[in-house]
Amino acid sequence: MLRFLARRLALAVPTLVLASMIIFALQQLLPGDTATALSGEERDPEVIAFIRAKYHLDRPLPVRYAYWATGVLQGDLGESIRLQKPVIELIREKLPVTLELACLAMLVALVIGVPMGILSAVRPGTWIDGLANGVALWGLSVPNFWLGILMILLFSVQLGWLPASGYVPPGESLSENLRSMAMPAFVLGNAIAAVMMRHTRAAMLGVLQSDYVRTARAKGVPTARVVLRHALPNAAIPIITLGALEFGQLLSGAVLTEQVFSVPGFGKLMVDAVFNRDFATVQGVVICTAATYILLNLAADLASALVNPKLRRA
Amino acid sequence: MPRLFTACLLAGLALSTPLAGAHAQTLRFGLMEDPDALDPTLARTFAGRMVFAALCDKLVDIGPDLKPVPQLATEWAWSDDRKVLTLRLRPGVRFHDGEPVDAAAVKYSLERHLKLPGSQRRGEIAPIDAVEAVDDLALKITLKTPFAPLLAQFTDRAGMIVSPKAAERLGDKFATAPVCAGPYKFVERVPQDRIVVEKFDDYWNKDAIQIRRIEFRPIPDTTVRLTNLRAGQLDLIERLAPTDLPQVKRDPKLKVGQAYELGFSGIVFNTAREGSPVADPRVRAAFEAAIDRNAITQVVYNGEYLAGNQWVSPKNPNYVTDYPVPKRDVAKAKALLKEAGIEKPSITMMVYANNDAPQVGQVIQAMTREAGFDVKLQATDFTTSLDQADKGNFEAYLYNWSGRPDPDGNTYSFLACKTPLNYSRYCNQEADSAMNAERLTTDPAERKAAWKRLAGRVLTDKPLVYLFHRRLLWAYSQKLTGFGEYPDGLVRFTGLKLD
Repeated sequence: MLRFLARRLALAVPTLVLASMIIFALQQLLPGDTATALSGEERDPEVIAFIRAKYHLDRPLPVRYAYWATGVLQGDLGESIRLQKPVIELIREKLPVTLELACLAMLVALVIGVPMGILSAVRPGTWIDGLANGVALWGLSVPNFWLGILMILLFSVQLGWLPASGYVPPGESLSENLRSMAMPAFVLGNAIAAVMMRHTRAAMLGVLQSDYVRTARAKGVPTARVVLRHALPNAAIPIITLGALEFGQLLSGAVLTEQVFSVPGFGKLMVDAVFNRDFATVQGVVICTAATYILLNLAADLASALVNPKLRRA
Repeated sequence: MPRLFTACLLAGLALSTPLAGAHAQTLRFGLMEDPDALDPTLARTFAGRMVFAALCDKLVDIGPDLKPVPQLATEWAWSDDRKVLTLRLRPGVRFHDGEPVDAAAVKYSLERHLKLPGSQRRGEIAPIDAVEAVDDLALKITLKTPFAPLLAQFTDRAGMIVSPKAAERLGDKFATAPVCAGPYKFVERVPQDRIVVEKFDDYWNKDAIQIRRIEFRPIPDTTVRLTNLRAGQLDLIERLAPTDLPQVKRDPKLKVGQAYELGFSGIVFNTAREGSPVADPRVRAAFEAAIDRNAITQVVYNGEYLAGNQWVSPKNPNYVTDYPVPKRDVAKAKALLKEAGIEKPSITMMVYANNDAPQVGQVIQAMTREAGFDVKLQATDFTTSLDQADKGNFEAYLYNWSGRPDPDGNTYSFLACKTPLNYSRYCNQEADSAMNAERLTTDPAERKAAWKRLAGRVLTDKPLVYLFHRRLLWAYSQKLTGFGEYPDGLVRFTGLKLD
């Protein structure tokens, strides 16, 4: 197990280096640079030349990458040119927000998606199955942006129950924090719940038809126990893998949802950085997201091994 | 299971806590974008100017009629040769750090604008040769050449004075904790979330400041911004979409503020583009003749914007009335194309990929097709469009400029030979001479005569075809009173009250 862990972690390093190189090179394909974006309406040529020199934008691509990589090795992800703030500080500010939103959205997805998937697999072809499929179809087809605006109109404008936007750190007020996160978490979780439901249903249908489940039933094991203790752990592997992937995507920032609810997370940071050609910020966020993605995949593999002993021997 | 139930119950209880009432004395202002650096020397965004209106007083301000009014400077006078401007400062004014706003501080700030590497203000006040403190409150500014728009430049960021002590102490980190002499002092900034300022108790005009705190919140999407206002999460929003205006007017809890902008929207033609039909002035004239400006404002902006054909709107006192907005004339357009020998010109027009510019492009595309044009639209993000314009990689470019109080700020950089914003690569001696003449005199009649000459030339050559002027729209809660409408699009916080 330890060797497996070490091998996976060692593989993460070249993956991160490669990801950083690709994103660095890709950014150069965008027309215009930070100096173009930051020179303002007046576009003073001296200002443009100054910004290019200050941030080494006038140097060749490999040299710029070397500057950046040297900084990273010393724990310095560079400075956001637009906000004049170290990228590491920006990440420290935004990551907890994105992480909280991702966790709450996953919670919503799991609470809705998994039980619905199990129920519809246990009772295929019944009204429960139809209802679950209908809910899943709704979740997949409703755009986040639209659902977000509708929820604001109902819960903030009409009923006045929840704040329409903004973010309150949990340290300041836990209740206000949960109130501000309720709608964005639901909007994000709703879409993932639909995918979760479909996958849970498919996995459970497969497992419930297997021989060992039939044997358990023949031995008189109660249905709830058959489903939850015998079938679910085996069906859980694709659900865990999917959960990790979806969670990873949530961590890279839910741009539209953050935009609608003005949640100051990674998505907004990234979009602003791309439009302003704030390369250091884009680079920092991508590296951070890639690292988290790799760790989540690893965690998913470990979790799968825990629920399914067969995988531990693999 | 019981534990889960308890957790849910606790969460439910927490969520049912009533809305905090701590906002009573806080004005929550929704901005369209997150401002850039909060340093008046380096700043460049429009949203940043909104925040500076609270943080940093200027040497002079402009009134709703575009005339300069005293702010930090109470009196000013030009020398006979128009090369020396003398300013007298308001006595007893202090910066947020308690330091006095005196002639030495003003000299420091103006020199900082001129010399700080990366300064965005240098070009605006470049004709300044020397700044001299005559005494504690008097200042003499000597120019290299007469430059009439200088006073107008001081009504914006170039006239904002920062505390020399704070600027020295913070160095290139000044933007993280700006110290000026405005009605509000800086409290905190969370990028992309909020900028908070608080009433400065030693402000020279403190009795006119009623609101204790202001929270600026960037919300880029116009629908989301308006929804937040309707939900009571914001008290004031800027740049309301014209299409949302009827909805706001119907809502008894909301009010609307409006003023025509100082800038313009128009089509920049690359006159130096070899082999392109737009290099021929007759084709540009035909293009203009094929366009119905009123139709554009009606279709895309619900008729809320104002059709125009010059660098200032027809409602601006500096509009040259001898050249009114021309009517659409498709026959004339066809005749001009025939004369130019290009009856089916194909032109690519670059437009910003935002909410409305592509729609304007489509309306133009449809109208000019009737005259024989084949217009292709190329939607790009803002930075890409600037990059392409800089490099001359375009034929036509649908562009807008936020505008400056003095018409010089809307003309010189766009139309004078080899100036930074002259994307059309236009260069004409007669036009240059008119623009130089307008800079040399402070006499309004002489300046107006120079602009008339400029209009005569530029509106014939058409390197830039001006289309319309936006109406600046604010929406705010009825609880907010004392809101003034200014054509520079900035909010004055003096006199504002939140009940």
